[in-house]
Amino acid sequence: MNLIRKFYYGDIPDEKAGGNEISKSSQSQPDEKSWPLWEVFIRSKQGLDHKHCGSLHAADAQMAIENARDVYTRRMEGVSIWVVESKYITASNPEEAGELYEPAKDKVYRHPTFYNLPDEVNHM
Amino acid sequence: MPVQDLEKKFQEKIDNEVKIEPKDWMPEAYRKTNLRQISQHAHSEVVGMLPEGNWITRAPSLKRKAILLAKVQDEAGHGLYLYSAAETLGMGRDEMINDLHSGKAKYSSIFNYPTLTWADIGAIGWLVDGAAIMNQVMLTRTSYGPYARAMVRICKEESFHQRQGFESLLVLSRGSKEQKEMCQDAINRWWWPALMMFGPKDSESSHSEQSMLWKIKRKSNDELRQNFVDMIAEQVKVLGMTLPDPDLKWNEQRKHYDFGEINWEEFWNVVKGNGPCNKQRLDARRKAHDEGKWVREAALAYAAKKAAERKDAA
Repeated sequence: MNLIRKFYYGDIPDEKAGGNEISKSSQSQPDEKSWPLWEVFIRSKQGLDHKHCGSLHAADAQMAIENARDVYTRRMEGVSIWVVESKYITASNPEEAGELYEPAKDKVYRHPTFYNLPDEVNHM
Repeated sequence: MPVQDLEKKFQEKIDNEVKIEPKDWMPEAYRKTNLRQISQHAHSEVVGMLPEGNWITRAPSLKRKAILLAKVQDEAGHGLYLYSAAETLGMGRDEMINDLHSGKAKYSSIFNYPTLTWADIGAIGWLVDGAAIMNQVMLTRTSYGPYARAMVRICKEESFHQRQGFESLLVLSRGSKEQKEMCQDAINRWWWPALMMFGPKDSESSHSEQSMLWKIKRKSNDELRQNFVDMIAEQVKVLGMTLPDPDLKWNEQRKHYDFGEINWEEFWNVVKGNGPCNKQRLDARRKAHDEGKWVREAALAYAAKKAAERKDAA
């Protein structure tokens, strides 16, 4: 049985989830097939990036956009909506964060404050 | 890494105000507590539409009808934000809905009280949403990221709910003799149930202590309740109305209002399912879900057909 279990941006295997147990009752799924889960990204105004704001269930992409409008933009919070089925999102693993970001750690010379310039050089 | 180390690291994060995100390791009890709390909260928003929906067709003016419709739509939205947050903890939406309909999952008992007059809609906005806001403002700082983010969004919208409720009562309180009586009657009936919303006293609450350590909650039931009483006891004066509690009085030493004892027997009775509207609420939920089944199926069938057409065209 393939349950839609949602953990933002992808999925963690059960054995790695905290303490991992999902209650017994969760194994009994109704025979009804459920609408897939979509992640919603909203551009709040022209010129800004789309930003993740939550998720919802919808039968298809068109419905996901319309539902996203009703759920996430009731007060003009957006001028553009992206939706993507949650299952297509791959996420980095927090347990591997150390190795993943390590290469940037010792490169202080990438920051402007690394360079000491005489006071006469203004605004550089 | 051994579990003890993981737990230690987890608690360190919490102590340092680092939010816990869905993919992070967390103790099973933390996951369960959050899942229970967030899903109950979601159910409360959804069931909370029913007592108010009762007055949409009978709102006294087009303006009040539009306001009430917008408010009820917000409640649906809040339910969805919260289901979305709860789903990150590994339970499917259908399963949560099933648990609500089977009676396994609880929702706030306040919605098991009836809305008898139009003034009840104002009283719900002012008192019930007012009590909910105390809790929700605290929860914007809760340790679980998705829950905290949902709360930020909800709090922004909730403020409109409380203000429209108070304003609606204000109009009644300045109206005819009948309108004034209706206003006072609604306050009398909603005051005690609103106080019960904060849950059992700290001395009897089974979940509070661990929840505080994990920063799921940051204030105790009694603290929040006291804040609420202090706020409402002042606001009721603006309405020129009274709260139905002879023991309510300002305590100069404590710098808080003292108030009377809550009827805990009634509280537990409603929690156990014997409130005035428990059955009616769940029946309405189940009916809506059952009657919507063909719509859900039709939408899936339509999506499948469209997808097949696209495939053929390609």
